[in-house]
Amino acid sequence: MSELTPSQTVGPFYAYGLTPKGRAKWDPDGTYSWKETVGDNLVTPDVVGDRIRIEGTIYDGDGKPIPDAMLEIWQADGQGRYSNDPGSRKLSNAAFKGHGRSACDRDGVFSFDTVKPGAVVGPDGSKQAPHVLFCIFGRGMLRQVYTRMYFDGDAANATDPILKLVPADRRGTLMAKADGNTWRFDIHMQGDKETVFFEV
Amino acid sequence: MTLIYPRESLSAYPKYLTPDYKSTAKRSPTKPLILMPHTLTELTGPVYGHDAIQENDNDLTKQGKGEPLGERIIVHGYVLDEDKRPVADSLVEIWQANACGRYVHLVDQHPAPLDPNFTGAGRTVTDKSGYYKFITVKPGAYPWGNHYNAWRPNHIHFSVFGPSFLSRLVTQMYFPGDYLFPFDPIFNSVTDERDRARMISTFDLENTIPDWALCFRFDIVVRGRDKTPEDMD
Repeated sequence: MSELTPSQTVGPFYAYGLTPKGRAKWDPDGTYSWKETVGDNLVTPDVVGDRIRIEGTIYDGDGKPIPDAMLEIWQADGQGRYSNDPGSRKLSNAAFKGHGRSACDRDGVFSFDTVKPGAVVGPDGSKQAPHVLFCIFGRGMLRQVYTRMYFDGDAANATDPILKLVPADRRGTLMAKADGNTWRFDIHMQGDKETVFFEV
Repeated sequence: MTLIYPRESLSAYPKYLTPDYKSTAKRSPTKPLILMPHTLTELTGPVYGHDAIQENDNDLTKQGKGEPLGERIIVHGYVLDEDKRPVADSLVEIWQANACGRYVHLVDQHPAPLDPNFTGAGRTVTDKSGYYKFITVKPGAYPWGNHYNAWRPNHIHFSVFGPSFLSRLVTQMYFPGDYLFPFDPIFNSVTDERDRARMISTFDLENTIPDWALCFRFDIVVRGRDKTPEDMD
């Protein structure tokens, strides 16, 4: 018997509590007076890594943008270091939090300003290709879905232990495409292009 | 101590596709999820300390020029892992409707009054024992468009961080004895009554403050438990 507190949807009205400034970049009037704790800019003054922007659109099963989804990311810095060790509350890498949260605009667009993560250790001493973990919430989503964003063209993708678990014809849904310093990563909840979601 | 995150515990969670909650139809995965081992990425997660919050962030009755209308309440409890160990320094964020059942969100169309002294947003960080506390007003019920004459039971939205990114939880806290429970597809998306019971706060007379405010207790259990020898096989 599980002891967990069950998950429930974030609902349509989370913005003034969780992303009060989240729409400021698209709509100066669309912000709330409440202060922001978790935002979409992960860049810190002394972070190690190349600055990048992650940008994408999230779509529902009809191919319509989802304007009220909330996306969170978790990632390592440019040297593949997370802010802390597993289970530890001490920050072994205090220079980079590695956590971000983005609202969506009316057209389902989200974005993060961050750094490109380095390779991270994987199971049994393997090495994971650079990736960003996504956790997605929304109205109509009773629990979060997890996915991963990889960087298209990175040689390490060929040997990534997690990508190997994904059928070859679906791996493309996890590949962000470069456009200068911006990496485009669209998310499809359903349909022919349905993004790979992970059971974790 | 190494924490593990058994997938069996997720049986308490709703299914992605829950037809009675209509918005799930186009927003739930249709292809099988890919089973994957937990790597360093999943086993770590953000830590927010007390510098993330400011005075009165956890007192929703003190964020306006005056006091909000409604029934003043205290909501408190512990954030715990699956072994019931406290989760210290856990960022806990809440948002809720006002006493009339109206959110300040820009797209809320419910024709109930806004309260100039109430936004309904709060946050705090748990102490060493995993304890958190909010002072707020009891949220009202409100209608929604899911089906004819649909009303949400009174609830407060919670967002919580745990020992790793796998422990991340967004949930809703309900109030004991709500007459809307049998009719709410979101509440009933959790199909086992024992699991649903853990989303319902309990009335806490012991911590109710005489002549001032009723108290409700809501403990939150997030993913993560200690590895036992049989897990090593």
